[in-house]
Amino acid sequence: MTAPLLEVSGLKTQFPTASGVAKAVDGVSFRLERGEVLGLVGESGSGKSVTGFSLIGLVDEPGRIVEGSVRYEGRDLVGLPTSDLRRIRGKEIAMVFQDPMMTLNPLLSIATQMRLAIAAHERVSKAAARARSVAVLARVGIPAPESRLDAYPHQFSGGMRQRVAIAIALLHRPKIIIADEPTTALDVSIQAQILTEMKMLVDEIGMAMIWISHDLATVSSIADRIAVMYAGRIVESGPVGAVLRDPRHPYTQGLLDSLPSRTRPGEELRQIPGTTPSLLNLPQGCAFAPRCPRADDLCKAVPVESVAMDRTYRCHHPETQRSAA
Amino acid sequence: MLGFIIQRLWQAGIVILAMSVLVFCGVFAVGNPIDVLISPDATQDIRAQVIAQYGLDQPLWRQYFTFFGRMLHGDFGQSFVYNMPVTQLILSRLPATLELVLFAVVGASLIGIPLGMYAGYRHESPAAKIIMGLSILGFSVPSFWIGLVLIMTFAVQLGWLPAGGRGETASLFGIQWSFLTGDGLKHMLLPAINLALFKFAMMIRLARAGTREIMLTDTIKFARAAGLSEGTVLVRHVLRLIAIPLVTIFGLELGSTLAFAVVTETIFSWPGLGKLIIDSITSLDRPVMVAYLMLVALLFVLINFFVDLTYALLDPRLRRARA
Repeated sequence: MTAPLLEVSGLKTQFPTASGVAKAVDGVSFRLERGEVLGLVGESGSGKSVTGFSLIGLVDEPGRIVEGSVRYEGRDLVGLPTSDLRRIRGKEIAMVFQDPMMTLNPLLSIATQMRLAIAAHERVSKAAARARSVAVLARVGIPAPESRLDAYPHQFSGGMRQRVAIAIALLHRPKIIIADEPTTALDVSIQAQILTEMKMLVDEIGMAMIWISHDLATVSSIADRIAVMYAGRIVESGPVGAVLRDPRHPYTQGLLDSLPSRTRPGEELRQIPGTTPSLLNLPQGCAFAPRCPRADDLCKAVPVESVAMDRTYRCHHPETQRSAA
Repeated sequence: MLGFIIQRLWQAGIVILAMSVLVFCGVFAVGNPIDVLISPDATQDIRAQVIAQYGLDQPLWRQYFTFFGRMLHGDFGQSFVYNMPVTQLILSRLPATLELVLFAVVGASLIGIPLGMYAGYRHESPAAKIIMGLSILGFSVPSFWIGLVLIMTFAVQLGWLPAGGRGETASLFGIQWSFLTGDGLKHMLLPAINLALFKFAMMIRLARAGTREIMLTDTIKFARAAGLSEGTVLVRHVLRLIAIPLVTIFGLELGSTLAFAVVTETIFSWPGLGKLIIDSITSLDRPVMVAYLMLVALLFVLINFFVDLTYALLDPRLRRARA
């Protein structure tokens, strides 16, 4: 068996603050195979975005990776000098962000921004950079890319801007693309479009993708595998169908129960009681225990990761298999 | 763009017109220059004759229109004190101030902005703290005192640089400039540093604040995620994004320094405009004061015009809004 494209193990990213250390990512492990789409799901503050940024060494100051490894094609990216990391960013592992209004530089033309991204890794002539930019813009569905290339971000709609950002991420045909909620800031109709197009692009180019989202529905339609994060840990992972059909962790079950589509009209939405714990002051043991209907004294210890077939979960009292029940 | 330029020129015209009324009335109200011009024991006849000669017996509005008509032809009358055309007098002093101020403000920006960006980029580093400490010094120490210290240190004690004057000048476009000769540059160095210190400090603080803010944005994160080097990120993205406040302050400082370099010019006996205006005020040399103030207004209008054009060049969103 060959090594996976990306193997993250025991990753811990922490932010020292005035009132203590925030453990944003607390021992995350997962694998990503070539061409696979992994959906990373969790509430705000569950550490899913920080996990994404940790992979390419772009954690905001003063946060830093304190433990663990990120093996990309067998090579550990944690602790790599910035200059080496820079050669991987954009070329091997690219990233698309949440808000296309904020990511593109409003003062530079699309052509300039794409040329800078190309020049970051290759020496190419202006004409060649242009030709390549036009081709990639066409690929992500920008109409008349030749004439739109010299436009500025404010001349594009939100969906088009996100397409431009995706095009920039695709310039070097990276092996992995990390998509950090790329559809959250867009209109619902555009969301679906971008989602479908991303899925197609990933299949065509054969990229692997990590799709970070708080939206279970979106993830279920794009991902092959899913990892559910809670308070800096992956509490459950596995093939998307199996996890959603038959969740093991009470948190995953809670998330599924709170989906409007699972509730009859007129019925109240079922919510998970309580709120996400502060990362500065995590409960002892299982972080979900205070909100969990199944919690007992056992939960005061951090549950170890149980691995069964291609699924993992961290729970002392997993939901029983429904098919068996 | 053309529409924008025409609109701005029209506004500039109105500003100049309003300034001319204000300046004329203001200066007229200052006092009677005749008392300074002729000796107290002159006869009533001579007195009346001089008053008529300068047109001071006319009503205010008529004096204003005469003044305004002449101004349009570039004629600001004769200086009471120097007894030469004011335009010529000011033009003879302008190059000295112009070269000193440009040297100081441009130099302060060229050194201050990179230092400020560095201080914002590596804001925790000891070097950044030293830079910020220096900038506080530049802000808080009065410029006349710095000027004296500079003279004491570099001219008196060390004897490296001259203490005052313009030094040797060379001619370019029929005007004498100090910056063209080595000796002139040596003379210019101390007063330029003296003038530059405050602007230097301001540029550092502005560039630092802007850089710190911009470095946290998703634009920069996205650029880094695309693999851009830190240098490219700073020069192509950050510098561009912080440029608008820098250009604004550059323009304002350029204008106010051109107009009011008085203290430095006095300390270093630099024969520029600042010295001229102080002398004219004490001697109530009315035409010089009026012409000088009009020149200052014109300079500000021009500088603001170029600053606005630069905005449009820097930010494509402004280009569209004004088109």
